[in-house]
Amino acid sequence: MTLLAEADRGSGVSGTALRPDALRISGLDVSYRVRGRSRPVLRGLDIAIPAGGTFGLVGESGCGKSTAAMAAMRYLPRNGRTDAGRILVGGRDVTALPAAALRDLRRHSVSMVYQDPGRALNPTIRIGAQVAEIYGLDGAGPEEARARALAMLGRVRIADPASVMERYPHQLSGGMQQRVVIAMALAVRRELIVLDEPTTGLDATVEAEVLDLVETLRRENGTAVLFIGHNLEVIARMCAEVGVLYAGRLVEQGPTRAVLANPRHPYTVGLLRCLPRRGLDRRRERLDTIPGFLPTAATAPAGCVFAPRCGLARDVCRADPPPLIPLGDGRSSRCHFHAEAPHLPRNAPAQAPAAPADRAADAPLLAVTGLNMTFRQGRQAVQALRDIDLSVRPGETLGLVGESGSGKSTLARILLGLTVPDADSRLALDGEALLPLGRRRDLAAIQMVFQNPDSALNRAHPIGRIIGRALAKLAGLGGAARRERMLALTRGVQLADAYLAAKPRQLSGGLKQRVAIARAFAGRPRLIVCDEPTSALDVSVQAAILNLLADLQAEQGVSYLFISHDLAVVRYVSDRIAVLYLGRLMEIGPADRVFAGPHHPYTEVLLSASPGPDGAVKRVPLSGEIPSAVDPPSGCVFHTRCPRRIGPICDTEEPPLSPRQDGHAIRCHLDSADLGRETAP
Amino acid sequence: MSAVGLPAARRTTLGFERLRLLLRSPAFLVGLGIILFWVSCALFGRLLVDPLADDILNSLAPPSAEHWFGTDELGRDMFARVIAGSRDILVVAPLATLLGIALGTALGLVMGFFPGWVDDVLSRIVEAVLALPLLILALLALTALGASNATVVAAIGLSFMPIVARTVRAAVMTERNLDYVAAARLRGESALHLMGFEILPNILPPIVVELTVRLGYAIFTVATLSFLGVGLQPPSPDWGLAISENYALIGGGYWWTVLFDALAIASLVIAVNLVADGLAEVAE
Repeated sequence: MTLLAEADRGSGVSGTALRPDALRISGLDVSYRVRGRSRPVLRGLDIAIPAGGTFGLVGESGCGKSTAAMAAMRYLPRNGRTDAGRILVGGRDVTALPAAALRDLRRHSVSMVYQDPGRALNPTIRIGAQVAEIYGLDGAGPEEARARALAMLGRVRIADPASVMERYPHQLSGGMQQRVVIAMALAVRRELIVLDEPTTGLDATVEAEVLDLVETLRRENGTAVLFIGHNLEVIARMCAEVGVLYAGRLVEQGPTRAVLANPRHPYTVGLLRCLPRRGLDRRRERLDTIPGFLPTAATAPAGCVFAPRCGLARDVCRADPPPLIPLGDGRSSRCHFHAEAPHLPRNAPAQAPAAPADRAADAPLLAVTGLNMTFRQGRQAVQALRDIDLSVRPGETLGLVGESGSGKSTLARILLGLTVPDADSRLALDGEALLPLGRRRDLAAIQMVFQNPDSALNRAHPIGRIIGRALAKLAGLGGAARRERMLALTRGVQLADAYLAAKPRQLSGGLKQRVAIARAFAGRPRLIVCDEPTSALDVSVQAAILNLLADLQAEQGVSYLFISHDLAVVRYVSDRIAVLYLGRLMEIGPADRVFAGPHHPYTEVLLSASPGPDGAVKRVPLSGEIPSAVDPPSGCVFHTRCPRRIGPICDTEEPPLSPRQDGHAIRCHLDSADLGRETAP
Repeated sequence: MSAVGLPAARRTTLGFERLRLLLRSPAFLVGLGIILFWVSCALFGRLLVDPLADDILNSLAPPSAEHWFGTDELGRDMFARVIAGSRDILVVAPLATLLGIALGTALGLVMGFFPGWVDDVLSRIVEAVLALPLLILALLALTALGASNATVVAAIGLSFMPIVARTVRAAVMTERNLDYVAAARLRGESALHLMGFEILPNILPPIVVELTVRLGYAIFTVATLSFLGVGLQPPSPDWGLAISENYALIGGGYWWTVLFDALAIASLVIAVNLVADGLAEVAE
């Protein structure tokens, strides 16, 4: 870190020049002892966050970003060791603090928010007591602590904080739990807060709200933030500075806007190219990918850690590890050829496979009319899906979006035959009624790719058996024919033959998902339900899987029902999009139209929740929690949270799903002219 | 199309890894050593010692260089009887355990796989049976069927069934909801296939742990039943039986007629439990 950059930052934030950096990590080496051997995880990490500053650490799984967070609080697991380097929090050396001082530091100066809020809260203590405890530690009396806890819960926009105080953690939704954890972390003024993927696993709308909240409280308290994440959009929104971590080394670092707009390390360039960007269409252009596998710091090669996967690598890269080279303006890149990085050659060809002819006129492959699904919960009837009409044409991708609890998964399970809908529902595939699983004739026609590749494959069976069994049951193949088809299938999903003998746990997440895709394609499927197939995967792996799905579609003319909460992904893969809210179809239409508008107020909220790395769209806040399906709101189910509610008609009368233009339909009382449009350029 | 290569670091197999962990656990090794000792006694003991040779003139002799563990009322060498006494218990207890595990696993799979009335009805029955003490149950069965090695195996096996079933049911309940089971359903697999070929291989670790734990109880129960006179019959040299025959002699100061058999039972039960602990730890 140059002094120049230091001075630059100091002068940028007036009045803080005299305060020491909130966090300063220099030359940090961390290793874990695994089975008697020492495995390096972080190598020579340098980070400086000025008081009140924000720093984002991005990287894919296994790059050491969580380890950096843990090390900053001296909270490494038992087998973790800090081998070298210094960690200063507010000028105090964390690595040298005695136990009492360390406890004091954690109590007053630093706090942390983890990915899983459910595990950060004590399940046996009421929310109120847990939050009040923080103030108690800060020296407040019991009465005052409770009063301040109540006020704090109000500040994190929890509706009815008094009743939430009396509840136990399991009685709150994931979003509410995370807000409580953030309330606790920011309850008293801290120098530094470490956020480790705080919104992974939350809905986009909830994520947006949680991030807004962190931003507001941070500003009020002047707290510095170390934000750990894999999502570049989120980092772009939250952090002034960003560091890209790869195999335990910081490969690029600098002001977030500059780094994302003009990356100077091939890894950053590759990572950004993996993201489905606005305006990209899978029928025309494929996503770029990064070849090879993520190494860990332990398996990293001698020269540049990224050299084996880099399209620009030369002999010097394989021999000499590059230093972090300063580029001016507070930026630096660990690349010998940082000037060439923007010209990194593509790994995946840009040319999309020949698209099948426009099938808009074809008869629908899947036709769903008047689908209702009622669950019995004790004596109560819960309507999970109500009056759903939709169709999927051959070779088409229908994107399905909505918050958790909107009925997306129930709809998928009904199509697959795992759940039986109400009697009056009509489902047809190619004009033939779609029966529940036990009575279904052509099982191969509808298959599924699951969200979590770890649980989707039987961990006791080798890959060859998993795919072979699917071929036996779905394609009726045996003997040599099965073997032949199996090899064709695995090659089709770019899986080496050697993996057929391996067990699932020997495969990475992306490879497991390839196996799951091969299995779904075992017997000539017509429709494949993809339930968030890439949400558990790293960005670079996601790009490869999305390309694979697009290739297979172009090759075999299969249709997809693509469920996802990542709107950028949905936009990239879908021809048409359906938006679900509380079991109702709020909007359905061609992807371009749904995104460009006019769109349903709920779609507008969803869109504004994920504005993309450029952050061009103005946020439309969504108030409150998704209502319970047991007792849905009267009238339009969205009226309780709708930013565009027009009046009593919304509370009393449910609007019809009225057709607008070009097969676009919206369930809203407002006219098309009054509905929102995307405000992005 | 280029295929993706196999990363080298992931090649070690799970089984090998678990074995290595086991062999590093001293408790497991000690337990295994004791069990192997008793198994070799059971297999070869009678080639070396004769548990039935009596020497009535030398009855109730205290431990000495000639009779390490002393002699009993009939002047039979206690050391020979302890060594040879391992045979029947090491046949009967494992067989009873296997029977209990097999029956319990089958029942547990059905209970866990069919939620709703099937599980409700079976669970209530299992709970009712579990409310009765295991020993009373086995005693009842043996009195009804008559004592023999086969009936002891059947009685203990049947009384283990509900306990094992409950463990297996819990394991099946978590597996049943995983996506791989849904994927198997989607290709039209039968319930039998789902239970036996999809779910069962994944719940083997808890079943193996249950097996070792049950084995400990089985040894104990076999010995107890012999002691109560409804298990193995004289003159076979059995630990439990020997204690039952000789415990009246403790009052006369002839402690060696009971102590060494009791220690043998204790050592075997402890050894099995040590092995069970080791396996349970690795199964995590």
